[in-house]
Amino acid sequence: MVIDFLLTVLIISSIGAALALVLVLCEKYVVNYGPCKVTINNERELDIQGGSPLLTVLRDEKIFIPSACGGRGTCGVCKCIIKTGGGPVLPTETPFLTKEEQAADVRLSCQVKVRNDIDIEIPEELFNIREYETVCTEIEELTYDMRRFRFELKEPPMIKFTAGQFIQLLCPKYKGSSEEVYRAYSIASDPQQNNFIDLIIRLVPNGICTTWCFDYLKEGDAVKLNGPYGDFRLSDSDAPMIFVAGGSGMAPFVSILSEMQNTNSTRRARYFFGGNTTKDLCMAEEMKAFEDVLEGFEFIPVVATPEEGSNWTGEVGLVTEAVQRAYPDLSGYEGYLCGSPGMIDAAAKVFTGLGMSEDKIYYDKFA
Amino acid sequence: MNSFGYEIWLAMVTCFAAVFTQNILLTTFLGMCPFTSVSREVKTAAGLGGAVVFVMTCTTAINYWAYKLLIYLDLEFFRFILFIIIIAAFVQFVEMVIDRYSPKLYQSLGIFLPLITVNCAILGASLFMVIREYHFIQTIGYGFGAGLGWMLAILAMAGIRTRLNESRVPEGLRGPGITLIIAGLMALAFIGFTGVLS
Repeated sequence: MVIDFLLTVLIISSIGAALALVLVLCEKYVVNYGPCKVTINNERELDIQGGSPLLTVLRDEKIFIPSACGGRGTCGVCKCIIKTGGGPVLPTETPFLTKEEQAADVRLSCQVKVRNDIDIEIPEELFNIREYETVCTEIEELTYDMRRFRFELKEPPMIKFTAGQFIQLLCPKYKGSSEEVYRAYSIASDPQQNNFIDLIIRLVPNGICTTWCFDYLKEGDAVKLNGPYGDFRLSDSDAPMIFVAGGSGMAPFVSILSEMQNTNSTRRARYFFGGNTTKDLCMAEEMKAFEDVLEGFEFIPVVATPEEGSNWTGEVGLVTEAVQRAYPDLSGYEGYLCGSPGMIDAAAKVFTGLGMSEDKIYYDKFA
Repeated sequence: MNSFGYEIWLAMVTCFAAVFTQNILLTTFLGMCPFTSVSREVKTAAGLGGAVVFVMTCTTAINYWAYKLLIYLDLEFFRFILFIIIIAAFVQFVEMVIDRYSPKLYQSLGIFLPLITVNCAILGASLFMVIREYHFIQTIGYGFGAGLGWMLAILAMAGIRTRLNESRVPEGLRGPGITLIIAGLMALAFIGFTGVLS
């Protein structure tokens, strides 16, 4: 009886084990792509192990292709030209590629796995993107869910960036995430201060990286950043400007305003900052300081629903409504937007409705 | 007719029966979960249906020999566990192979393959094969037919549901409610096939 019982267990486990063995062998032989060669711009060659997405392969080789979503295939930023060896365009890529791009062999580097030798082309300036070893030196509470983090650069000790650009932060493995992830944040410091970087981060409920920054990151911790990326920046014209951003969308504007201060700009600019309640407002003193120095600048906080007893005397309602109240006609103006895709689309619609031309609207969408 | 020819003929009849008179979805109501949730668009329904046809044909064939082994070892009562393990392992294997040799198919089908592991119609087909004591060739015919029948049903449902988008369904019935009513009506319609094979 006992022997029967044990024998049964043994037989069933050995069948299970045999199947598992088959799968392991398959993984070893079927999924193994062997060594592959990546040729970049016909000049550089990398010998790597096949099987990983191109974006990761290049990142491991310290070549950083911009990506706002960290390789999940949701932002469509990490485009590059794959001349040969990329295989057919995948259904996960098509929403982000126009017909012309597909004809020109443009692909999303996070979706293309390196399975054989491939030949790619990337813009030269991407070689200037570096990885920075930094130390977090200061964490400042801005509101109940927003903090400003200062990272002092150690290696390399200096960074050159344009106001409005973003960097990627490497969030290490921790209790809330079993793998390393990269997330993009706009730089919120003066481009002339090239030995540190400020980031303004808003806590996203259950967000992998923001949770790490808020609950695990302490002053004195080492953090890896790479960048700078992005083409969100001030135009070269003299046209008056409207900035719209709420929450951590403020980050690139702090940098842009610092840059305007450095160049003694007298360009007219109005910054509409939106919050749900007065608790969402922050950095009022810094904005006041910019108003004092920059003669063309005005900061207008807008609160959607002020709490009772808050004595709020400023603008009430949605940011877009405040813009509509202040400007019946926006033709000749330039619009700068930073925030979630929903907010940007809504604001851009209002701007064009008020006569702003579409190519004068610049934006930085959070992915 | 020689015996091999007869086997083939039997397999074809079984296949036909599995598609129409004994449709696994509409007569035994197996695999209802993906049937109600993945039938919103014809394209995705076709993808899932195709994957089911393939996996069902292969797993019933493999499980036929696995069951023979169990009979030899006197362990028939373990068939549920063994069938499930084999289905899961097979799906894993297929996923790896498709990823390697057809990344495009993998991307469009990849999401559905793991879903199939927990599709009870797949396990159901293997169990019916045991209960109905099919021979090997007949088993292949049955597995293929059952998968095809399931695909036919989900395709029909997806077609009907795309039409439904434009019609005025009472609010309380929208979604799964109307889907189940339609499934019932389709099942009634399929009863009409019962007399075809006697």
